[in-house]
Amino acid sequence: MKAELVEIILQLCAAQNPSLPRPVLVEQRGEAQLYGRGGPLDSLGLVSLIVEVEAAVEDRFGQSVVLADERALSQHRSPFRTVDALADYVVAMLAERSVPPTP
Amino acid sequence: MKVTLISGTRKGIGRHLAEYYAGLGHQVIGCSRQAPDWTLPNYRHFQLDVADEAAVRDLFATVRREFGQLDHLINNAGVAAMNHSLLTPLGTARQLLDTNVLGTFLFAREAARLMQRRRWGRIVNFSSVAVPFKLEGEAMYVAAKAAVEGLTHVLAREFGPLGVTVNAIGPGPIRTDLIRNVPPEKITALLQRQAIPRAGEFKDVVNVLDFYLRPESDFITGQIMYLGGV
Repeated sequence: MKAELVEIILQLCAAQNPSLPRPVLVEQRGEAQLYGRGGPLDSLGLVSLIVEVEAAVEDRFGQSVVLADERALSQHRSPFRTVDALADYVVAMLAERSVPPTP
Repeated sequence: MKVTLISGTRKGIGRHLAEYYAGLGHQVIGCSRQAPDWTLPNYRHFQLDVADEAAVRDLFATVRREFGQLDHLINNAGVAAMNHSLLTPLGTARQLLDTNVLGTFLFAREAARLMQRRRWGRIVNFSSVAVPFKLEGEAMYVAAKAAVEGLTHVLAREFGPLGVTVNAIGPGPIRTDLIRNVPPEKITALLQRQAIPRAGEFKDVVNVLDFYLRPESDFITGQIMYLGGV
């Protein structure tokens, strides 16, 4: 699942790159930086990417996720720093969703 | 083809707007809590409560998949209640906030998520002359519509860099179900406070909406336009 998410995120970054002041270096694959220290996305670019990732996750996995919640924003290591980190965060959110509720 | 979403289309102004924009060749998407007793070409209806987040997200997911874009959102759905504050139940107050404020917010949020893809979109919210007139007997309605105006101002700034304008229209009394329980003498007194003391009509509303929606209005955002001269 993670590999598929990395592909999805990279495709979305490539589509967004023409409108960015600095492009996401998609050739670096999962290690490509997104937001934060050294990352090319400004806050608006991050918002646009999160919106598109949420929509893509809903289309592909049939689950609606809210990626920019308080938990994400308060994490010591931001889930938005690289493509890998973002993919890991989505995997974790989807895994939480699939755990059956305790009786 | 332009894709136009209008909330609250079962009756009143919303229905007129659906007919008008479908007649102009737009693909119109409408919604209401109850099913309408009419149909239109180029029209798709969803039955939902505008404050039901899951249902609203489903609606926009369908728009995204089926139409791939959204050009215009007309946040028309609204409810009114006239009563002295001392006699207003909390449930009524909550419903006014849910439909008028949270519904407007949810639709604007989801619409802008779609619109930002193409860096183009128009959102029009519905305020009311009740806000500047500070109408007695409509405290929670005025509070809700004042919140809609606040949302309009802030969303205009947040969505501006995304190519999406956000404006509002503030109609005075228009002869629809929304004001059916307001005594005629109250309506007459209200009209006398306008610069042009007549009831609003559908054409007055659509004139302002057309102005906000036109491509040339891409430098018009965060504005509240009242009808009748306030």
